[in-house]
Amino acid sequence: MTTRLAPLALCAALAAGPALADLVFPDLSYRTGPFAAGGIPFSDGYQDYFTLMNERDGGIGGVKARVPECETAYNTEKGVECYEATKGDGALIYQPLSTGITYQLIPKVEADHIPLHTMGYGRTSAANGKVFEWVFNYPANYWDGASVVIKYLMDENGGSLEGKKITLLYHNSAYGKEPIPTLEALSKKHGFKLTLIPVDSPGQEQKSQWLQIRRERPDVVVMWGWGVMNQVAIQEAANIGFPMDHFIGNWWAGAEHDVTPAGMAADGYKALNMNRVVDYPVFADIRTHVVDKGLAAGDGSNVGSVLYTRGMYAAMLAVEAAKTAQEMTGTAQIDAAMMRDGMEHLEMTAARMDALGMPGIGPEFSVSCADHGGSGMAIVQQWNAGDKKWVPLTDFIAPDAEVIAPLVEADSAAFAAENGIAPRCD
Amino acid sequence: MFYREAGDFKTSYRDDSQTFPIGFDRYRYYAVLVLAFAVVPFVIDDYWASAIFVPFLIYAIAAIGLNILVGYCGQLSLGTGGFMAVGAYACYKLMTAFPDLNIVVCILGGGLVTAAVGVLFGLPSLRIKGFYLAVATLAAQFFLVWLFNKVPWFYNYSASGQISAPARSVFGLPVTGPGVEAWAQYMICLVFAVVLAWAARNLTRGTVGRSWMAIRDMDIAAEIIGVNPLKAKLTAFAVSSFYIGIAGALFFAVYLGAVEVGEAFGIQKSFLILFMIIIGGLGSIFGSFAGAAFLVLLPVLLKNVLVGTLGWPTDLTAHVQLMIVGALIIGFLIAEPHGLAQLWRIGKEKLRLWPFPH
Repeated sequence: MTTRLAPLALCAALAAGPALADLVFPDLSYRTGPFAAGGIPFSDGYQDYFTLMNERDGGIGGVKARVPECETAYNTEKGVECYEATKGDGALIYQPLSTGITYQLIPKVEADHIPLHTMGYGRTSAANGKVFEWVFNYPANYWDGASVVIKYLMDENGGSLEGKKITLLYHNSAYGKEPIPTLEALSKKHGFKLTLIPVDSPGQEQKSQWLQIRRERPDVVVMWGWGVMNQVAIQEAANIGFPMDHFIGNWWAGAEHDVTPAGMAADGYKALNMNRVVDYPVFADIRTHVVDKGLAAGDGSNVGSVLYTRGMYAAMLAVEAAKTAQEMTGTAQIDAAMMRDGMEHLEMTAARMDALGMPGIGPEFSVSCADHGGSGMAIVQQWNAGDKKWVPLTDFIAPDAEVIAPLVEADSAAFAAENGIAPRCD
Repeated sequence: MFYREAGDFKTSYRDDSQTFPIGFDRYRYYAVLVLAFAVVPFVIDDYWASAIFVPFLIYAIAAIGLNILVGYCGQLSLGTGGFMAVGAYACYKLMTAFPDLNIVVCILGGGLVTAAVGVLFGLPSLRIKGFYLAVATLAAQFFLVWLFNKVPWFYNYSASGQISAPARSVFGLPVTGPGVEAWAQYMICLVFAVVLAWAARNLTRGTVGRSWMAIRDMDIAAEIIGVNPLKAKLTAFAVSSFYIGIAGALFFAVYLGAVEVGEAFGIQKSFLILFMIIIGGLGSIFGSFAGAAFLVLLPVLLKNVLVGTLGWPTDLTAHVQLMIVGALIIGFLIAEPHGLAQLWRIGKEKLRLWPFPH
């Protein structure tokens, strides 16, 4: 039968796997589809940092890193295929850059014992390491982000948001819905009025949403967007004359490609970021050792952009966790379980970031058995359309732990009950 | 030569009207079943299960379901994704509301709820036909996705609006949630696919199937000879939705484990399954399998050959893959507008005469 022949051919294709003995960091990237604009620079940064390790330092602790790439197109079915295709290769860590794929991988990594790191996305309550043994989301998660936005707005408004109208414009998916519980809790605490406006994926059509915003005249619009939705929202905000400095995106809605299509009209748009974007010394190293040698994952034009920096930051955290694991075990050839221990003992200090050539790129934080979430701090940055640059406005702002901790506790307890998980770390 | 009816004598009407009247065909069918039940489970690994067999079987069930409606009864539907979502969410609500209920019952329950919803959305088919009905079912697609996004009760008020399948087992073997063995995951889909395909094949050979086909071929004539269009159309919607609902429940519970409705059950899913039956062959059970295989396996195969063997960049591969699959679809449909099932039929005819075609 014809249907049986295809798998046979596939088998032949799969049998040609490469030899082991490298440290394997699979990159589930998306360079196609409606979210490619964000996926490409992130993946470039992620891969280039590992290439830099190989080229400049001779690998991680002397062992070369290998980054097999698999295209997911932000699609959950392809994400599962990619995970299954790469996990047998000795994969140390997964960073899928998609909340939807994360939700599918959580049960799988718990069963396969491979760490999953969802930096600033994914399931927020995974910050509770007592329940989620193999999932990490340091240094910050969505609920931290939502809280940081509100804290920043409090500072802007003289310490009170009483009676203000805040609108959340969100991608109508698991990703966009994540901040809602936190914002609702914060709106009760601080007395602001919260309006929720969903945008269906991918978000090319937002006329009615912005008509509603125009009618309701909120004081601030907060956006949880990704991909093409960001560009359209900023353009629509400009079209209705919404003041840009009252429009704040989260950290996935604040890259160069989001604001440049609107030109000068986007000037003053604000966004969160978990990395300060300045010209770090490490970029010079990447240009010399990676881009100039023709080894870059992309064409090298993204070096130093917001999402490239974040991809590189994600890779750096993985490399540092691997190094921690190597120190702890005394062996350079670590496996996924050792990698997990390394992640759980990861400590990012200012001195360490200085030594890596990226001073102050992220907050200082440390991970522990119970806390997989890090400090949750983020900065607010603003787009300067004249210079085509993101300008950091604040230092790292800490989230409101008083509100977030009980939410994390409740959500992870629900997951533990649903799946019969006994809390650990006691 | 080896594929012929000469010497294959039938002594009863029952033998004469069996599904595979030619001996060679029958033994091939048994061989496939033996292979699927007794060989594949022992050699399958996680990749083969999650990336190839499980999606293939689930899409095949959905394609059979849609084929019953479109291929056998002639009622064009674009609501498949929405109906799959109904199956998935009904299964999820049953799984979480009654933790002791067997997963098979939950999946069947998902199918039954979808059948009811399908009948409801099938009511307009009594008044409208063809493209107009397609638009009405398109409304079902958008309405159902919107509903599951909007009403938090459906996703048990979870923060993200995702539904995640808790661990459930059949005969003590986990088939959903973490820690599922590849072969268990494969077997549950296989059992559903085989039983449903067998049922569909026999339904379409009987009175019900003949009344569907009469409606498809000419509804006024069918009504004149005594086929009740209300009954025929609504049973087609019910049976079709039952199949699609089961596919949706398996898709969520066994295959992905967690879904969000807009991403997993959007309009693109409706089109994907419609393309499967158009490429596979309308009004053919084998065509449903062939179409599902074509659209599920081919992209994976191309990806593995281009990236794994030839070492192409992943983004280039993703784009080239779209072009190749698209070109093949056009090519196949030009060569044989009735789909892969018709190619298979022609091939069998040729085999029958071979090696003496004149």
